This record gives sequence, C-alpha cells and structure tokens, in this order.
Amino acid sequence: MIAVQNVNPLRAYFKKKKLGIYLLLIFFSIFFLLPVYVLIVTGLKSFKEVGLSNMWSIPLHATIAAFEKAFSKLAPHFINSLIITVPATLISALLGSLNGYILSKWKFKGANVIFVLILFGMFIPYQSVLIPLVQFMQVIGLYGKLGGLVLVHSIYGIPITTLIFRNYYAEVPDELLEAAYLDGQGILGVYRYIIFPISMPAFLVVFIWQFTNIWNEFLFAVTITQSPEQQPLTVALRNLAGSQIVEWNVQMAGAFLAAVPTLIIYVLLGKFFIRGLLAGSVKG
Amino acid sequence: MIRSKRDQRIGFAIVIPGFILLGIFVYGFIGWTLAVSFSGWEGILPNWDFMGLKNFISLFHSERFRIDLLNTFFFSILFLGFCVVLGFTLAMLLDKITGGEAIFRNIFLFPLAISFVVTGVVWRWIFNPTVGINALIKNLFGINIAWGWFTETKSFLGFNYALIPVVIAAGWQLTGYVMAMVLAGIRAIPIEVIESASIDGAGEFRKMTDIIIPIIKPVLFASLIILGHISLKIFDLVYTMTGSGTAFVTDFPSMYMFETTFQGHFYAEGSGISIIMLLLVAVVIVPYLYSVLKKEKA
Amino acid sequence: MKKTAGILLLCGILLLMLSVISCGTRRGEKKLEVFSWWTAGGEAEGLEALRKIFVAQNPNVEFINATVAGGAGSNAQAVLATRMQGGSPPDTFQVHAGRELIDSWVAAGAMEPLNFLFEKNNWMSVYPQGLIDIISYKGKIYSVPVNIHRSNVLWYNKAVFKKYNLKPPETLDDFFNVADTLANNGITPLALGDNGIWAATHLFENILLGALGPEKYQGLWTGKVRWDSADVRSALSAFVRVLDYINSDHAALSWDGAAQYVIDGKCAMTIMGDWAHGFFKAKGLKPGVDYGWIPSPGTKGSFNMLSDSFGLPKNAPHRDIAIKWLTVCGSREGQDAFNPIKGSIPARTDADRSLYDKYSLSAMNDFQSDIIVPSCTHGAAASQSWVTKIHDVMSIFVAERNVDKADNEFQELATRFIKK
Repeated sequence: MIAVQNVNPLRAYFKKKKLGIYLLLIFFSIFFLLPVYVLIVTGLKSFKEVGLSNMWSIPLHATIAAFEKAFSKLAPHFINSLIITVPATLISALLGSLNGYILSKWKFKGANVIFVLILFGMFIPYQSVLIPLVQFMQVIGLYGKLGGLVLVHSIYGIPITTLIFRNYYAEVPDELLEAAYLDGQGILGVYRYIIFPISMPAFLVVFIWQFTNIWNEFLFAVTITQSPEQQPLTVALRNLAGSQIVEWNVQMAGAFLAAVPTLIIYVLLGKFFIRGLLAGSVKG
Repeated sequence: MIRSKRDQRIGFAIVIPGFILLGIFVYGFIGWTLAVSFSGWEGILPNWDFMGLKNFISLFHSERFRIDLLNTFFFSILFLGFCVVLGFTLAMLLDKITGGEAIFRNIFLFPLAISFVVTGVVWRWIFNPTVGINALIKNLFGINIAWGWFTETKSFLGFNYALIPVVIAAGWQLTGYVMAMVLAGIRAIPIEVIESASIDGAGEFRKMTDIIIPIIKPVLFASLIILGHISLKIFDLVYTMTGSGTAFVTDFPSMYMFETTFQGHFYAEGSGISIIMLLLVAVVIVPYLYSVLKKEKA
Repeated sequence: MKKTAGILLLCGILLLMLSVISCGTRRGEKKLEVFSWWTAGGEAEGLEALRKIFVAQNPNVEFINATVAGGAGSNAQAVLATRMQGGSPPDTFQVHAGRELIDSWVAAGAMEPLNFLFEKNNWMSVYPQGLIDIISYKGKIYSVPVNIHRSNVLWYNKAVFKKYNLKPPETLDDFFNVADTLANNGITPLALGDNGIWAATHLFENILLGALGPEKYQGLWTGKVRWDSADVRSALSAFVRVLDYINSDHAALSWDGAAQYVIDGKCAMTIMGDWAHGFFKAKGLKPGVDYGWIPSPGTKGSFNMLSDSFGLPKNAPHRDIAIKWLTVCGSREGQDAFNPIKGSIPARTDADRSLYDKYSLSAMNDFQSDIIVPSCTHGAAASQSWVTKIHDVMSIFVAERNVDKADNEFQELATRFIKK
C-alpha cells in the first residue's frame, strides 16, 4: 500500500516509534507499580525496622513474619467475604439481567421512567442511608447476619447491573426476538432461549465489577456485622491496624493478601472484561 | 412490543419487586434523610422539631462546607481529566504494540481490583513530603522537590493545591477503567475505516481526531458518568489517605457528613449534607438520565 | 457454557443458604458481648488479659469480643451509634469516661447508673475523688474506669538533649528557649503528627493547661471561665508560637509517625499521651535511658487525665453477666492484669506496684498527688459533639493562626454546648 522505495527508512522510523511507545509504557508502568513495591517491601520488614523514613529501602532483614501474621488473622474472614460476595453478585447480576431485558425489549408504558428511577439508585451516597438501613435490618431480623449484607449488596447492586445489561441488550436486534415470538414463545421463553444464552459477556463484566466492589466494600460491612466471626476481609483488614499503635508491616502485608483474590480475577478475566465492553455493555 | 396482556403482567411482575426494594432502600431512606435534614436532631435523642431550611442555611454559612464544595468541584474536574487523558493515551499506546500487550494491560488495570482503603494508605506514605516521593527523587536524581503535597495549605482562587496528590491517587486507581473502555471502543472500529484514512494520507493525529475520537465519544461519555459520580461521593480513599487535612484542604462533603453524624451526633446537619450531596449528583446525573430517556423515545 | 452457569448458580444458592443460617447474637443464652476498638497491639492484649480473668471466674459464658478498628475509635463509635439507635446495644462497651459518655448515652437515658456496684465493691475508697467527680453526673456514676492515661506528657530524646546540654523544659518560657537552641542546630524541636487533627487539639489542650493552670482550665468546660478572656487569648498566642517549632510535614503523620521522628533524632520532643510510652518500648527503647519525660510545659502538678471505661447499657441482652464483667474491670486483679500490658496505669490507687515500670510508677504517684483535670481531646471534659466542633476550629487555626478568629469561635462553641 505504501510506496516501495520508502520501506527502509520507514521501517527504521517505525522501529524507533515502537521503541518510543514501549519506553512510554514502561514509564507509566513504573507509576502504576510504585505502590505495589511499597506494599511488598514494607510487608517484608519487621516491626522494629518498619517506618516511614525508610519506606523506600529494601528490608535489611527481610522476613515473612508480617505476611504470616496477616494471613493467620485474615484467613477466617476470607470465607465471610466469599459468603457475602458470591451470592450478592449472582443475585444482583440475575436481577439486572432480567430488568435490563424487560426494560430494553418490552417497552411498556413507563418503562423508561422506571429505568431512570432504578438507575438513580446507583448514585446515592451510602452514608446517608446508614441509620435507616440498620433500623430496617433490625425490623426484618437480618441485622448482624451475613444474609443481611447479602441482601443489602444485592439491592444496591441492581441499578448498575441493570444499566450494564440494558445497554447490552439494546444492541440485540429485535428480529431475533421476533423470530422466537413467532415461534410461540412468551416473554420468559424469549429470555430463556434467546437472551440468556448470549448474555455471557455481559455477565462477565457484571461479575467482575460487582465482585470487586462488594469484596472491597467497607462501610456497610462494618456497620451491619456484629461479631468478629462475621466480619468480612475489609473490616478484618482494618482491625489489623489497631487503633492507637499501627503495625505497618502487618497492615501492608494484609492489604496485599486481601487484594489477591480480586487481582487474580482481573488478571485472568481482564480479557473478558474488555471483550464484554466490546460487546457494547456500557455505552452512552 | 408487548403483545399479550399476560406478557405485560409478567413483565411487570419481574421488574416490580426490584423496583419496590429500591423504592424502600433508596427512595424511602432518602425520604427519611430528607425529613431529618429539616429537623433539629442534634445529639443522641431524636428531635423532630421542624426547623425549615435552618440546617441548610447554617451549612452554607459554614466555612468548612464551603471549602468542601470547592474541593468537590476542583477535584472532580481534575480527576476526570486525568483519567480521560491518561486512559486514552494508554489505550492508544497499547493499541499500537503487538507483543506484551497483556502484561501492560494488566499492570494498568489491576488498581481497579484494589480497595480504596489500601490505595489511600499506600499513597499517603508515597506523598509524605519528607520521606516519600520527594526523598526518592532526591536520592535518585538529586532534584529537590520542596513541595508539601497534601499538606500544602496554599490555594489559588479556591483550588487547594493539596488536592493534586489525591487526584493522582484516585487517577491511579481508576484510569484503567477508561483505558479499558477506550480500548474496547477503538477495537470496535472496523479496520477498513482506519485503513481508508491511511490511504487518504491522514497522519496519526488526523486519524485520531477525525475518526477515533468521534467514534469513542459515547464510550468516553459513559465513563465520565461513572467516574463523575464516584468523584462526587469520594470517601474511603480520602479518609484513609489524607483525612480532612489542615484547614480542610482535602475535605469533602462525604467526610464532613461522616464525622458530623457519627462523631458529633449532629444528625440533622449530617442529613443536610447528604441531601446536598444528592442534589449535586442529581445535577450531573439527571441531564444524563434525561438524554437517555429522550434517546429511547427516538 | 450452560453447565458452568448452572453450577455457578447452585454454588450461589448454597452460599446464600449458608449466609442466612449464620446467626447473630440471641438473647437468653449465656453470652457476653464486649464492644471496643481495642483491635491490636497492647490494647488487644490487655483486653485479652481481662477476658482470661473473666472467663476463669465465669466458665460457662461465651465471650464475644466485638471490636471495630479505625482512628482511635471513630469507626467504632459510628457502629455503636448505629446499634444503640437501632435498639440492639451490646452488653457493654468501651467508652471514654467523662462527658463523652454523659452528654451522649447518659443524657439519652440509655445507661444504667452503677452506684450500687461501686458501693458493693467498696470502690469509692480506692478511686481518687477527682476521678469520681469526672465520671459522675448528678451524683450518679455511669462507668467503671479500667485505666488512666495521662495527656500532658512531654517526651524527649535523651541523646539529643545531652548533646546540646539541655534540660527538659518545665515552663513555657523554658520550652521556647530549648526550642530555639535546637532549631539553631538544625533539629526540629517539636514533633507533631496531626493527621486527623486530634493530635493538634491534644497539643493545644496541654498548652492551654500550662498557660491557664488547672482551675481556670477546668472552668472553661463548666462555663466559669470564658473563652474570650484575656488569659485564654494569650494562651492561644502561646500555642501559635509553639507551632513555629513543629515539623513541616505534620499533616501527613499520625502521632506515632511523629513519635518515630523523636526516636530517630529528627525531632527532639513530642507532647503526647502516655500511650507513646508503650510505643517507644515496643520499638526497643529503654525508658529513662533513651527517652525521658516530664509534665508538658507549665503543667507540673496537674494530671490531665483520660480514661477507658466500660458502662452498662439499659436493655443489655445479658445484664447479669455484664455486671460480672464490670466487676472484673473494677477489681484490683483485673486492673493489674490489664494495665501493665496496655501501658496505662490503673484507676485504682491500691495497685500492685511491683508490676509497673519506671514511667508508670511516676505516673501513679502523680495521679495520687496532682490535681486531676479532664482531657478535652479524649472525651473527659466535653461531649463528642463539642469536641468535634473544636477539632473543626483547630483545623483552620493551625493553618491560619488567627488568634482572634479562633478565640471567638471557641467562645461561640462554649456558649452553644455548656448546659445551664
């Protein structure tokens, strides 16, 4: 396509350009990895050695004692986090999928208004509902139970999941549905046989997003759980710190460990995340 | 498109439960907060005396709150700008290379997986004016950065310089999201469109402005909405990273609300702040929602 | 694809069932829920020591250690507020003794008076009168103090002081002289770590105490002394002058970061409560050898106290068991198990002195001989609402150093919060 006689200098130019791009990328990578370095280096120090003034230096006597301590303290809470995050993610995803389907494909009167009203729920600040939320939890008997947190996260996850699915389904051509309808399927049948099977990319996006947000959430977790046995990872991590004297090495080691599950998900499924976006999940 | 009455009823039945739940958990609770914001509740015991707009008026007289609003404004603009510019740049860079894309992409994406609390703690260390990044650059390159980062109390026309490190930390966390979105958007552009532009002799820059940007505008727009509402509500990150800061240079309405409600027991005042936060969010979100509605009708 | 989806769904449902089954506390069982923010370090270990004694005496009771960490109790207080509001109090909770408790839960009628417990155990004779005054309201006592911390302590790096031939400053004038010498030699005189602002208020209250003396200081909290008086104004000016001698990155550090500067010799002194003592020891320093202490400038003869205590909420799910716990807290055995570990001194005056180290013994002596005044920053002198607003004023004051503005605002707050 490009004139042949320009190949050699062009190739050199592209090589230089490629090098430049890689250098830039490496530069940015340093920026992104800086905190990880601090996290790990601090986690490997002993309590006596750890401190702000030597934050950049490699530990003189590297020890995994902080990691061990953090791990032993955090392990039981890992299960709690799972019990809360997985069901809440699944429920909010399913509800979002159904809502998104109905609201994008079956335009009954007021569907758009309902969608907008649902969407608005995504934007509220959580602090403002904390006290009435707890009182309500008391009334329905779910306060202090992990199930209460599951309920809360499922409900507050509905707006974002609905948004993602609705935009995703908006791309599905109506003719597909028409065909099924003509075959005699009703509203639910169309969902089961047409919509649900093609929803995987959107489900993946929603899973990753919801899992991460719920896993890392702190405010609700700390207010709705009662005893330490129920506390999920985020709260336990905070408790590692202690209120007066902070063992920074344990804290940083713990922070690293707590991030590992979501990190793994991102590393393994990051590709799907982008593909899901590609499928038009979150468009304007 | 609903053909039968039966389908109509099923459609409603599916959507309504979630809607009712949200009705309680969102609108009901907001209503409660609204009621409290008009009351005189100050202290442990509820006090439902009607105070009219008194709480709101005293909020706007409060120096701290005025600073908070300015901080929210400046932070949001800078944060969104940071994420969009860097995210877009990273996406463009990643698009150009062939090998190693996965590694770089993971590096840029992983901060999304980390909780704000962790981010706040680490960046607080990094931006410590004496031993943090200043010390590192001094030791490595000999350059002396005599700047206090988030301890800086200077400001310019209401913009507190101390917000800059907070923007960087928040941007570090969420730029990957914009990058992912833009990358997805670019990859959706059919290759023929780009190639035909090359044949026409368009240089890199022209290609970018004329082809890529218009096509990914909706993608950018959606990220702005998501990031925008995060920036209006920002709490965990700033709480752990800087706190309110001396003279409230890094204070935000969410933190003021948290402290005044749970430490000061000023429930009415806290509720007032929540309502104003909601209104701020509404100002940004409602036009977006309205445009969504209008587009649907078309 | 369908199979994986199905399996995922099944797992989700199973986990959901698990979560619903997992239960919270139920009334009527033999349990004790103790709510605190002692989550790590010496605090947690001290609590553990108390727990051991309690469990030994009450073997059939399940002890639930409900702790929430974060910012010297701010998260915990948020959680506690939500629970008390929601009608689900713990059996007992850690609370600062004094107005923090009185102006909140006591005024709301949510706490039971404990005079019966004090009389039964003869505690009135072992707690100093000054302390009893602080924890009482209208003649009724509402909490059992477990420990005493002292706020007005100046800690200093002995090596640095020796190098420059300095004596630890006893008055404010001494302080400024010492500070000037240090500053001229390139050492930051005073370390302050006021991220979260409370450490600045802590410094402030002790400068205030040093400038005004114990009676006037106490008067500020009862209305006897006006904040917009000349004395207070000059105290504020003295505070501003002190600020000239602090580290420039104070807003980036919390109190322990500042204490670390003293350890490193970057700074020479820090004014902080005696939990700093526990910190220094944990870092391997020897009390009296590597670091020294004196009452903060001008406050000799005053003991600026704060106390961690436990109270009895009305409608505590397991009231009788809670009372047993409170008895352990107030007992000599309990306090002597808790305090050496936590690094504080017992509230009782009849402790076993052999268990305490050099600093603690000197503090215990002072506690019995000095005038006891309540700390503002740590909930003894003023309600949390008032202190929260004081912190707000401090935040601007530290930056702007506008004495008139701060003084007027402090007076407005006093007018607003002092109950007639």
